[in-house]
Amino acid sequence: MSNFKFYLPVLGFVVVAIALWRGLFLDTKTLPSMLIDKPMPTFELTSVDGSGVSNSDLPDQIFLLNVWGSYCLPCLIEHPTLMRLSEEGEIPVVGVNYRDRQDLAIDWLADNGNPFAFSILDESGRFGIDLGVYGAPETYLVDADGVIRFRHVSVIDETVWQEQFLPAIAELRAEGT
Amino acid sequence: MSSSAIFPNRNVLLLVAAIIVLLGSLLLPNAAYSQVDTFEFDTEEQQDRFRTLSDELRCPMCQNSSLSGSTGGVAEDLRREIHRMIMEGMSDSEIIQFMFERYGDFILFRPRLTAATVLLWFGPLLFLLIGGLFAFGIWRRARKITDSDTQLDKSQQERLQQLLGDKT
Repeated sequence: MSNFKFYLPVLGFVVVAIALWRGLFLDTKTLPSMLIDKPMPTFELTSVDGSGVSNSDLPDQIFLLNVWGSYCLPCLIEHPTLMRLSEEGEIPVVGVNYRDRQDLAIDWLADNGNPFAFSILDESGRFGIDLGVYGAPETYLVDADGVIRFRHVSVIDETVWQEQFLPAIAELRAEGT
Repeated sequence: MSSSAIFPNRNVLLLVAAIIVLLGSLLLPNAAYSQVDTFEFDTEEQQDRFRTLSDELRCPMCQNSSLSGSTGGVAEDLRREIHRMIMEGMSDSEIIQFMFERYGDFILFRPRLTAATVLLWFGPLLFLLIGGLFAFGIWRRARKITDSDTQLDKSQQERLQQLLGDKT
């Protein structure tokens, strides 16, 4: 018994040390999205090419919603992946042109290629607030009913696609949506 | 001797005063870091509410600053939204709810009381309680020690003498 008492501080130290050690590797930068399993916010805006777009224009199958901007360097890194997904018809991609200028967005798409079915023009960032966006790039997985099911913050490259999106999509398909 | 016991030393006093002032300055609002916006308000009260809200809401992009202290794009947008909502007559709790629905607990510098945040709110109290119990235990045990406990009986005295004798 007295032996146990003697080791109590040591035990306490070990518990705290393990907790703090784990804390060193926690990801505190990535916020969980509040919109998971909630429908896409309603919108009635214009697209980058100037036509009116609303929720009814969204694909009626599983699609990606990618938040991008011409100022956003990581968006260039993920661009080839989005181009491949779109060109190979693997999944439709809808863009949100976030806190950008329309003319710069048009130039950027002309220079780098346009993987998007359309891009919602969000110059003020107001639509981004409804989505809970805090910076480009962010990519949402939306199901056929227009419900947000998954969010990935920062670059979506082939590895992220394979390891995070494909399993998430397989899960959605298994549910039959 | 008696006066120096009460006023230990001028330098020590100065040092303590300096530390108190420095620590106290940490409590002041960091107005120097606030972003300057050109929002217009109808009343002082609206302006005060705007300041309080943008101090109490956290910038989702630049983690450890408030909305008022951040130059980040999303912070700018959210300050503009707070201004709009205040001017539209929404209450503070409605505005906080609006932010919470989009950015979650993260955006609140003053987290809500939920099952997940109970430890956050009452953890310090818990530790105070544990420490208090330990202190109480030690105090109680210390009180039990009487003079007889610290006095040696005859055989112990002899043993002590023996040990001291060995040394010399």
